[in-house]
Amino acid sequence: MKEHTWHSASPEATRHLAARLGRLLKPGDVVALMGELGAGKTEFVRGLAAGLDVAPDTPVSSPSFVLAHEYPGRLPLVHLDLYRLDVIPPELLPDLEDYLFGERVAAVEWAERLGGLVPEHYLEVRLTVTGETTREITLVGHGRRGEELVAALAATPEG
Amino acid sequence: MLVLGVETSCDETAAAVVADGRRVLASVVATQFELHARYGGVVPELAARRHLENLLPVIQGALDQAGVTLRDLGGVAVTQGPGLIGALVIGMAAAKSLAWALKLPLAGVHHLEAHIAAILLTEEVPEFPLVALVVSGGHTNLYQVRNLTEMTLLGRTRDDAAGEAFDKVAKLMGLGYPGGVVLEGLARAGDPTAFPLPRPRIPEEPLTFSFSGLKTAVATLLKKDPAILRETHSRADLAASFQEAVVECLTSRCGEALRQTGCRRLLVCGGVAANGRLRQALAELSQTEGFQLFLPPLALCTDNAAMVAALGWHHLKAGRTLSLDADVFARG
Repeated sequence: MKEHTWHSASPEATRHLAARLGRLLKPGDVVALMGELGAGKTEFVRGLAAGLDVAPDTPVSSPSFVLAHEYPGRLPLVHLDLYRLDVIPPELLPDLEDYLFGERVAAVEWAERLGGLVPEHYLEVRLTVTGETTREITLVGHGRRGEELVAALAATPEG
Repeated sequence: MLVLGVETSCDETAAAVVADGRRVLASVVATQFELHARYGGVVPELAARRHLENLLPVIQGALDQAGVTLRDLGGVAVTQGPGLIGALVIGMAAAKSLAWALKLPLAGVHHLEAHIAAILLTEEVPEFPLVALVVSGGHTNLYQVRNLTEMTLLGRTRDDAAGEAFDKVAKLMGLGYPGGVVLEGLARAGDPTAFPLPRPRIPEEPLTFSFSGLKTAVATLLKKDPAILRETHSRADLAASFQEAVVECLTSRCGEALRQTGCRRLLVCGGVAANGRLRQALAELSQTEGFQLFLPPLALCTDNAAMVAALGWHHLKAGRTLSLDADVFARG
């Protein structure tokens, strides 16, 4: 399946959906998050972390300031935030490649800034603000693995 | 005893020589601001490389300025974390090498605890215990400080740091860089009650901060009514309303922490402590609640190694040394 859309009524619902996705993730998976400020990207990553069994007392906060946070879980999760970077400096490339093409799970906020660095297989998550607390969440699968994840998540029961 | 302090946690390469945790003989800071400005913030790998180039000259500069040599030192103190891993390891490697070669004790200090310890370098040194708020672009942490080697984290932000919320909302409002400062300037002419914005709190964790929902509320408001940004007075009103919400979140948690701990002293430091409205609100609160307020001078609120040496001296005095195989840490 290439694409599927969910409607989230609250930040909690966004976290639950992301936690369901987190439980499906495998080493090397890349989740590319797109959406304006306040759309719920960090909230989504918080859910992913829960689904990857990151300890609940590990704070999942915005890495805008330091670019990357790493959380230990069932699989190690690296949380990137490219918010500040209009240009990706070449000095960042070795680290970025390691994150995006390594064995960890990578969740990338402001992934549109990756430009040509996007891997062949990845899952795009588009968050759109539809109301004060409501969001439209569209998952777009890129490559075989990306499409597999959309289909798998669409097939898991809600709640 | 003279302690050499080394600080490389972010984008300032710093070294200092401090006597007895109190008297600064030299404090040298090489800033990398220019290097990172075009990226809108610090790029970790660039910072690490620049630290490597700068650190030894900065250490030598501090020794020269103090008029001492390595043989006069009684200990070495270094920032162990939190910060950028690649940047921290440069300072740690230098500090460990010096300690090993000179057979000196090594102290590893927590960067935010060092910010609190910066108050030791001022005229008005508080007594303990106290509650301390470290509030900046990267952190919003509340501590109970029993003494300089016993600090307990009471609460922190679960999403954005307060300074980060300022910067992001400034960006939403199309203001310039650095966002926090521009937003504060605009807020001066505004009515802080004009827009009802939320004061996010987590009922079961009264000392935890959360600023993400506040940022989202501003985004939602601007989406509904983009005209707010076109009128000078409504722009100022929004800036003032947002600033007031952040200030209230910060002061209410400080008040709650003082009540919970029974402390009668509050110390507030970090870059956001430069905000005039926050300083005013804290001063008012200290009047009505009757506690002593300590706001270190702004020059001591930015990253430096004198605070690292000062806190390191207290660690060494308490026998708390760092083993040469200890590692740095990114968060905590």
